[in-house]
Amino acid sequence: MAKTVVMPQMGYDMDAGTLLRWLKQEGERVARGEPIAEIETDKVNLEIESFEEGVVRKHLVAEGQTVPVGEPIAIVGEPDEPIDLPAAAGAPRAAPAAAQASAPAAPGPADGVASAPQPEPVSQVAERAPGERVRASPLVRRLAAEHGIDLRTITGTGPGGRIVKEDILPLIGRPAELAAPAAPAPVAAPAAVAAAPAAPTAEAALPGMPPSEVRDLSRMRKTIARRMTESFQAPHFYVTTTVDMGAALAFREQVNEQLEPEQKVSINDLIVKATALALRKFPMLNASFAGEQVRIYQRIDIAIAVAVEGGLISPFIPDTDHKTLGEIARISKDLIERARSGGLRPEEYQGGTFTISNLGMYDVESFIAVINPPQAGILAVGSIRKEPVYREGTFVPVDLMRITISADHRVTDGAEAARFLAEVRRYLETPMLLAVS
Amino acid sequence: MAREITYRDALREALREEMDRDERVFLMGEDIGAYGGSYVVTRGFLEQYGRKRVRDTPISELAIVGLANGAAMGGLRPVVELMTINFSLLAMDQIVNHAAKIHYMFNRQISVPVVIRTASGWGQLGATHSQTFEAWYAHVPGLRVVMPATPKDAKGFLKSAIRGQDPVMFIEHSLIYRNRGEVPDGEYLLPLEGAEVRREGTDVTIVSWSRGYYLALGAAEELARDGIEAEVIDMRVLRPLDIDTVVRSVQKTNRLVIVEESWRTLGMGAEIAAAVQEHAFDYLDAPIARVGSVEVPMPYAKNLERLVIPGKDEVVAAVHELLRRDVAVAR
Repeated sequence: MAKTVVMPQMGYDMDAGTLLRWLKQEGERVARGEPIAEIETDKVNLEIESFEEGVVRKHLVAEGQTVPVGEPIAIVGEPDEPIDLPAAAGAPRAAPAAAQASAPAAPGPADGVASAPQPEPVSQVAERAPGERVRASPLVRRLAAEHGIDLRTITGTGPGGRIVKEDILPLIGRPAELAAPAAPAPVAAPAAVAAAPAAPTAEAALPGMPPSEVRDLSRMRKTIARRMTESFQAPHFYVTTTVDMGAALAFREQVNEQLEPEQKVSINDLIVKATALALRKFPMLNASFAGEQVRIYQRIDIAIAVAVEGGLISPFIPDTDHKTLGEIARISKDLIERARSGGLRPEEYQGGTFTISNLGMYDVESFIAVINPPQAGILAVGSIRKEPVYREGTFVPVDLMRITISADHRVTDGAEAARFLAEVRRYLETPMLLAVS
Repeated sequence: MAREITYRDALREALREEMDRDERVFLMGEDIGAYGGSYVVTRGFLEQYGRKRVRDTPISELAIVGLANGAAMGGLRPVVELMTINFSLLAMDQIVNHAAKIHYMFNRQISVPVVIRTASGWGQLGATHSQTFEAWYAHVPGLRVVMPATPKDAKGFLKSAIRGQDPVMFIEHSLIYRNRGEVPDGEYLLPLEGAEVRREGTDVTIVSWSRGYYLALGAAEELARDGIEAEVIDMRVLRPLDIDTVVRSVQKTNRLVIVEESWRTLGMGAEIAAAVQEHAFDYLDAPIARVGSVEVPMPYAKNLERLVIPGKDEVVAAVHELLRRDVAVAR
């Protein structure tokens, strides 16, 4: 029987993907699990695997075309069986770039950075009247909640358009997990994450404002915008403390003398380890607000915010507190490198139970960060600067670093956050603890 | 080693083994002695065990079960045969108000270890002789209700029922007495509880019992030709009901069809469906389907009777309905 391959949802906030390149042409045979196409999601490019085995009978989507999650992109079947094309997809639609070109032009780009024709992702696939209830089986609702999938983006193929198991499995990509009643994945998405409506495109100059050039947001920018807006549903509060980094700097120097260049430990690695260890004592900061409940994670996965061209991304180090400093150094180097080259896999950045954002290299004294939802806290790390400190009747130069936690007031309070910061400081000011804990 | 025997022979072996083992075991019922039983289960027993232990009775189910209850309370091990489950209605009071309650009402000082064998079934027997009442008895706390489908279960269950302390409704089926199946050599007993997964599958679970189990199995084999793998569960015991086995299966397949020969209203299927949604709501991918009889008194005419009783085709159709896709997908 011929089967359709659909645009998969590679995680929580993906609502559409761009088909970059077909890896299997029409008429080519594809095995189950073999890459069939390369797609671009909000954050990375990745290869998608076929869930079906057979011959690629038909591409339903042209290279360069953006389609919503769940939309059929190809038909795989036996070489000679008759196939029906899904009603919605006839011939591959032309990539919308051409259409875009004739759109009313914004004032010409001054600096040569033309606004790239960015296909607008369609945020809703299913043709439902506004406010119409999504019909989905209880199983599908549970899976959608566990994997953070917005059911409104899925076309149901069951009786009466009900979304059934087969409609959601390809978006999850791990059918094996379904069988056993598994514990909820630690990466919990908020129960109802509504995709934020797309911002209206400014067309004319705003009254009182100078003439402007209107650029489309990149996909990453749109994702960041939506996620950060979402974050402000969490009432934030902020606590700052100052850490004497003298011992940590000396410790790092001493350790690195003995290590090969690729193993060398950075100050950030020390902060990651100190934070992970401190979180052990403060479970409410390694948690997520979930309506009438709080979800306390049984593992500490520290995410690191990495600045990349045009945005940022936060891959995480699984089970951070149980990793040695050397392991943390090696893993985070690798994650950061691949984040910058666009080579992260979704499962490496979708998740994390607490985030560290370090602007130390930009010579900032301190800053406050926005929580990375659904996490409960984020630590903003400033630069280490030599400052005069009054000690025993005289000023001495001390390497000071300011760290600021932003925390979700629904799950924790100022006093707890302050005690947490003191614990982070204790580890950093007694860095031998980082080597033995 | 195992032997292959009929369902009827399995019952005979169980009765013989228990009568040989324990003198207190005796049989009572209409036409079970000289005639050998309406379904010929006890043929030859009168000659072998004598009139004292194989008693033909008058046509009064109330009296038969009443006598058996008294004998059981007095220390004997009566095995009663009620010709068909339709006639058990006449003994309802003795079964429901006495056998099922006495142990409880007399503070466990007295037990009523009575076994009531009876046959469900149909086959041009008319409206009053073609009914399926297992749900009526499974409703009552204090009774055990078993409905074996295979010779192995029939023998093992009957022996356990005779030895146990509880009153047992042991419901056979007139259309499976000649079914053959393997039974272990030598003596064995089976606990009177627990459903069994008899065929593994991934796409849908089909639950049934007694003759319905064979419908389910036939449907599963037909579905397999379409690439649909059905898991088939034989409930075996209807009280206590082993819902855990069904729930585990539904957690795997996400879909459930219950096949029963009785009317669906307030039947076993209704109970199983209710229990499954309580325990596995978040695993259901489709409404739970029930396949049962058309809700009319059974017609006598053969063609009409066939329309009323569910067959394999109805089970297959129910599964296809659960797996139906409305929106065009290339298949």
